[in-house]
Amino acid sequence: MQIGTQSDLTLVISGEAGQGLQTLEGLLVRVLKRAGYYVCASSEVMSRIRGGNNSSMIRLASHPVGACVRRIDLFIALCPGCMERFHGRLTPQTVILGEKGHVAKRYLTGAGKERKFPVLALELSEMAGGERYVNTLVLGLCAGLCESGPEVLEDELRRGLARLDEATIEANLRAAVRGYAAAREEIASVFRPALPARERALDACLALRGVDAVSLGALCGGCNFVAGYPMSPSTGVLTFLARHARDFGVIVEQAEDEIAAVNMALGAWYAGARALVTTSGGGFALMTEGLSLAGCIESPLVVHLGQRPGPATGLPTRTEQADLTHALYAGHGEFPRIVLAPGTLEQGFALMRDAFDLADRFQVPVFVLTDQFLLDSWGLATGMAAPVHAPEPQIVAGGPSYRRYAFTEDGISPRAIPGLGSGCVCVDSDEHDEYGRITEDFTMREAMVRKRLRKGQALQGALRGPTYVGPPAPRCLAVGWGSTWAVMNEALALLERDDIGWLHFSQVWPLPLEGIPVLMRAVHRIAIEGNATGQFAGLLSQQYRLDFHTQILKFNGRPFEVEEVCERLADLP
Amino acid sequence: MSTRFDLEGPCDIAWCPGCGNHAILASLKAALEGLDLDPSQVVLVSGIGQAAKTPQYVRANYFNGLHGRALPVATAIKACNPELTVIVISGDGCIYGEGGNHFIHAMRRNPDITVIVHDNMVYGLTKGQASPMSRPGFRTPVQVQGVTQEPFNPVAVAVALKAPFVARSFSGDGQHVQQMLEGALTTKGLALVDIFQPCVSFNRLNTYQWFREHTVLLDAGHDPSDPQQALTEALASDPFPLGVISRGPARPAFEEQLDVHHKGFSPLYHHRFAADRLEGLLMEMR
Repeated sequence: MQIGTQSDLTLVISGEAGQGLQTLEGLLVRVLKRAGYYVCASSEVMSRIRGGNNSSMIRLASHPVGACVRRIDLFIALCPGCMERFHGRLTPQTVILGEKGHVAKRYLTGAGKERKFPVLALELSEMAGGERYVNTLVLGLCAGLCESGPEVLEDELRRGLARLDEATIEANLRAAVRGYAAAREEIASVFRPALPARERALDACLALRGVDAVSLGALCGGCNFVAGYPMSPSTGVLTFLARHARDFGVIVEQAEDEIAAVNMALGAWYAGARALVTTSGGGFALMTEGLSLAGCIESPLVVHLGQRPGPATGLPTRTEQADLTHALYAGHGEFPRIVLAPGTLEQGFALMRDAFDLADRFQVPVFVLTDQFLLDSWGLATGMAAPVHAPEPQIVAGGPSYRRYAFTEDGISPRAIPGLGSGCVCVDSDEHDEYGRITEDFTMREAMVRKRLRKGQALQGALRGPTYVGPPAPRCLAVGWGSTWAVMNEALALLERDDIGWLHFSQVWPLPLEGIPVLMRAVHRIAIEGNATGQFAGLLSQQYRLDFHTQILKFNGRPFEVEEVCERLADLP
Repeated sequence: MSTRFDLEGPCDIAWCPGCGNHAILASLKAALEGLDLDPSQVVLVSGIGQAAKTPQYVRANYFNGLHGRALPVATAIKACNPELTVIVISGDGCIYGEGGNHFIHAMRRNPDITVIVHDNMVYGLTKGQASPMSRPGFRTPVQVQGVTQEPFNPVAVAVALKAPFVARSFSGDGQHVQQMLEGALTTKGLALVDIFQPCVSFNRLNTYQWFREHTVLLDAGHDPSDPQQALTEALASDPFPLGVISRGPARPAFEEQLDVHHKGFSPLYHHRFAADRLEGLLMEMR
């Protein structure tokens, strides 16, 4: 029998924490890319170190893909009980492959009735030469089913396991080869996947995760200081930068808490560095006082906020888009800020890179708002390149009568760095005069507030407008931000309705003052957001005095699936 | 005595007449002058409170940040430009109360900075509540039955965490304060100087006279490099010993151990952008 469609095949591998699913996922993505498939992968894990049930979804296609789907063409069961959570997603078209004993009885026997599910129960552990090589065996199996070629498999495995000892690498290679052979021989006689057409031009693409894209963007933006406190899903940025700290001259510090982290970042900017903090909602809550300090001392600051479901500890390893209002309104007092929300790997890279220049140029905090789904998902990306020119820090040497807060037309005062010039650089969290010294003069207070807010007006000149896809004058308009880009694109392509447009915002604040024609003219507006209250739709409603008629919201901790978005859009009037 | 750290022109000082802060300010400027430092290469970092206003009255760079948060700011400034002389100056409520966690971890990191704490055992600017240093029984508008909690012991904590220089002084003796500050400023690594300082408006218990009666200069035979002796003096509370309580073993400073400075110290803003390596890293992901 055949599984999958001609254009698109979805595999899900389900096991427990500690079985090496993440290693398998990363290697398989690279193998499939090199085999010529467009590929994406996303994993979902429980907040535990061993046991439980984690899974990885890998899609290969003949066209670019980046979203989750409900459909499973091939389900691979690697531990007891690992099928339970997937019962609703398995259909009689799903091929089940698994370790004997780990495939639930209902799928094996059909309770005495005719067997409904194609099942291949194997002695995976024995085939692999031991339990610890099962993930590599499965890698080989998948590579074989997708006809990657054995050389690509061996090459990627050697590359991926290079830091291990030779005996371990050899044992893994044996398992991979065995898996590959099984797929081409004993399994091929039972079923073969319908393989998507291959694209030979994928060599120029990068295969990476959101967390890699964002971290690379930071390096391209000249980031040379990062402070953070470990918190899923943002920790990956800290570890990525730590791994490359020496090569790129980055100071990486794990702070005692997020309060220290943000204050370190501000000290670093003051001393002439380009500093980043990386955190999630709960950690950012601790940074809000420091954010307000950045507002008052007019320090640049880049905040990477990787969202996960709240309130409080919420679902630590899952995804959500519910910290938009948190980022927008955090911090006491009034001061301008920028909030960016990448929807693709390319945007994660570019927006993080640009965040440093924006923060430096306007002397404001800049948020890069991502989420667990975007950060932990693999995909292919094009158009990521090292900058031709090094970033140019917007700093000056202060003269003897240097005034850090000199009044200017656009509110932006030349920013000197201590030690660089002969003048003293004085910054103060109290209200201050042009020199940065404490003042309680009411006229000066008003002038300083106006100066800070003028920078907010200046930000209009550096807006990144939304991306529109669809007919020129759509009756219905879907509106979203951040990581919903791929799922909506794919849903709309499947639906083939010519009356729906799609407007995606990668900058969610500030918004254009003059309004957005396609948004204003739509008759039926649909908000798609990974939260329970439609935070961005609320913001747009307030900003432009308009209504949303349909809300597609998801807040169970999982990313949107293409099918569910299609179903909701199909119901539209 | 005039110094290059004096502000030009008149200066409206927000401290009460007779406040111990005045003497600490004078001793600090004298110590900086004595070490021949250039104001443009000195950064004072403070939090919030009356002591935290000290940088306002000094000709130098300053970062007057948030209550309790001076230490992480100062650590980062020193890390990003080790050529600067970085001094934290704030009060006991700021450093030991609101910033207690940072105090512990700054000792562990050991940046080459001087930490000056004006210790008046009371919250002055907020009008007389207890500080972590207030003595048991001290009555305030909030601690109406008197303080019941054990006072913090920053000196003992610093000794336990092997801070390279730990001293205590008293603002009633400006010469002593200056000596301690000079010792701190010439120490490599974190140097703590806890300075007893009477609050003449909100602390009627710990007055100039009280401090004179409850402190004693360290004996000439005290060996600050002996951890046992240092700890004994750090734990002494009546009288409190004044002087260099501990000189810990030489430890590498935080910034010395950073990869970015492995070829020697220079400000981060002079470091080269590694575009070529970036290209290589991107290629690895192909």
